Amino acid sequence: MDHHLILRAITKILVAPILLYGLYVQFHGDFGPGGGFQAGVIFAVGFILYGTVFGLRNLRDKVPDYVVHRFVALGLLIYAGTGVVNLFQGGNFLDYNVMAQKGYQGQHWGIIAVELGVGVTVFAVMLAIYYAFAGRPPQINDEDW
Amino acid sequence: MSALVNHSLILVVLIPLLAAPLCMLFGNRAVAFWISFFASLFALILSLHLLLMVIDGDVLSYHLGGWAPPLGIEYRVDAANALVLLIVSAISTVVLPYARVSIKDEIAEHHHTLFFACYMLCFTGLLGVAITGDAFNVFVFLEISSLSTYVLVALGANKDKRALSAAYDYLILGTIGATFFVIGLGLIYMSTGTLNMVDLSQRLAPLEDNKTVRTAFAFIVIGMGLKIAIYPLHRWLPGAYTYAPSAISAFLAATATKVAIYVVLRFMFSVFSAKFGFELDTVRLIFFPFAIIAMFAASLIAVYQVNLKRLLAYSSIAQIGYMLLGVALFSSAGLTATMAHLFNHAITKGAMFMAVGAIIMRIGSPLLPKMAGLGRQMPWTSAAIVLGGLSLIGVPGTAGFVSKWLLLTAAFQQGYWFIALLIVASSLLAVIYVWKCVETLYLTPSTSNVAVAEAPLSLLVPTYVLVIATIWFGLDASTITVASQTAAESLIGGGYGGEATVMGVEGRK
Amino acid sequence: MDNLFSSGFIFGHMNYWLFVVLMMTGLYIVVSRGNLLKKVVGLNLFQAAVFMLYISMGKVAGGTAPILTGNPDEVYSNPLPHVLILTAIVVGIATTSLGLALIVRINESYGTIEEDEVLALDQQQERDELAALEEEVLKSK
Repeated sequence: MDHHLILRAITKILVAPILLYGLYVQFHGDFGPGGGFQAGVIFAVGFILYGTVFGLRNLRDKVPDYVVHRFVALGLLIYAGTGVVNLFQGGNFLDYNVMAQKGYQGQHWGIIAVELGVGVTVFAVMLAIYYAFAGRPPQINDEDW
Repeated sequence: MSALVNHSLILVVLIPLLAAPLCMLFGNRAVAFWISFFASLFALILSLHLLLMVIDGDVLSYHLGGWAPPLGIEYRVDAANALVLLIVSAISTVVLPYARVSIKDEIAEHHHTLFFACYMLCFTGLLGVAITGDAFNVFVFLEISSLSTYVLVALGANKDKRALSAAYDYLILGTIGATFFVIGLGLIYMSTGTLNMVDLSQRLAPLEDNKTVRTAFAFIVIGMGLKIAIYPLHRWLPGAYTYAPSAISAFLAATATKVAIYVVLRFMFSVFSAKFGFELDTVRLIFFPFAIIAMFAASLIAVYQVNLKRLLAYSSIAQIGYMLLGVALFSSAGLTATMAHLFNHAITKGAMFMAVGAIIMRIGSPLLPKMAGLGRQMPWTSAAIVLGGLSLIGVPGTAGFVSKWLLLTAAFQQGYWFIALLIVASSLLAVIYVWKCVETLYLTPSTSNVAVAEAPLSLLVPTYVLVIATIWFGLDASTITVASQTAAESLIGGGYGGEATVMGVEGRK
Repeated sequence: MDNLFSSGFIFGHMNYWLFVVLMMTGLYIVVSRGNLLKKVVGLNLFQAAVFMLYISMGKVAGGTAPILTGNPDEVYSNPLPHVLILTAIVVGIATTSLGLALIVRINESYGTIEEDEVLALDQQQERDELAALEEEVLKSK
């Protein structure tokens, strides 16, 4: 366990801020530059960094494949579901104005919900792509580095 | 109920789109099947309803997100795309129950839910391309359907590794096509500043001589030409159809190229003014010769095929030639023939690919010589292939005859008797390759002594739904002819850009 | 059209020249390279060229980033092409990863990612199938 001590130590320090930054970009997205796409990728990078340093197997234990697949679906459902909620509130598909008393407030809520969906899907898809490619060749042993 | 009707334009696309993640979320094979089946059935009912609403020449419009066009994205339905929606959703609803059984020995068990999710995405994409009234939206939906199609084709690798290289070829060429299309869109956006189709048509009208617009037109036609598989751009098609799982071959052959043809029609007639392309004569110079070459060359190649699926794939390329010929005739009658052939060819090819899939399931090979003498052992399946073949030739009493007759009359109307002759001559080539199937199935003695059972009912019933449809629409020609006529009028007469009934809530300006 | 060779025409359309060069480079790589991986790289270049075309056309001279500042006279670049191209970039990513995944699978089942070798293997398999068929027919006679 004492290989690559520096890498391990730095990764442990970095992962949490990366995830935090991902969340910041996600929820700041409706006020300034940012949003689901970028946030999803940043959030996934935290996991991918963990996976590269501590081993794909470790990461897969913590975030198994089926969870990743469910998250891909969940994000899309959040996005489309927002539109369906608008339908039930009497507006058109993705008409956020009906989500609150004042139109612009509704726009605000709608964009937060939709961006959340985008973020979740992008995060899960990035992780799924990483799993698909990194999980393909035989695992490299610690001694082969 | 009225809310359902009011929002039917979006629900047609939304329900299959929601079905895809739901399939994945449940992760159970049976649940996934029923979800996708009901989504597909729902889309079928809605698109039938839409077609009935626009059959008199009305146009429906839906403002997405409550923003009125040209600011917001608009979905717009006239008879032309209602017909395409109906084709796609009907074929999907028939193919799905077939797929439930046929994928069992073609795709690994743990991939089945993903298969249905992918299938639903592909379905959503095709419906979206057909319904949308926003040019960039066409690209987005096109890529949704294409990307999932590449995956679905590659799933055939479980049986034959050549599916992988076929899917790769399709991916490269399909992406080049889609990117050409986006370049075209970029160029027209650059010169008009809008992406809404109706708005585009108004702003493009005075720009006929603009070189940028002409270039854009070229890019769009060539890009979509790759997706349609117009004759010299067809390289991806035989491989993709041959090595895809049977259900996917049937679904793709019946829908994917048809939707691409619809996009070209929409852009040629509704976005660019109809005069535009034809004053330049480019389309006539390109579509006419290549449609005719396709009719002959592809049929001729089909005659020499040993693999039955590949034979049908080449025959599809030839049939695409007939559809383009109808466009190139540039008359209301020619377009009617094209629209009718879209529908008739979809049900015919769908039925044939499904029947071939049933045979492959029983004997494990798509090669014709291996099917020798199967006519006795699998009478129903073989009969389905023969009936489909008759419709491909255009024998009276089948759907294929109706559209070929329309095409012939359209050619005569214009005085192109020579073209009419060529249509008949190329049908003779179809006789040869269909006869080849009949000969193998019925007249050649079987080489193996192993008894082969008739295909299971679960495969036969969907196949026969389409076979009966082929006969039905061959005997009752009026229904489809009227629908195609309205569609053609709407395309050529510019009905698409006219007054539209706004469904749902009127959008903010 | 008379000032086709003026420096204003040439430099004024710099983004289009670069777009064309990049696009043709990409397309050329797709067509000419036999390595499947290189084809995907070419495809990426090709798409990147289109991204450039869109983004450069949204630029308004002297405009800032399109963020509301409260100043009504603020000139800002057209954000719509950016949004459109964001979608196209996502499509590009999906295409690339799917293409790469297919290459991995092709490498696993063919043992090569050279196009001509893959093609040769495909044709070999076809010939083998036909030979097996003929043998079967002979045997039955």
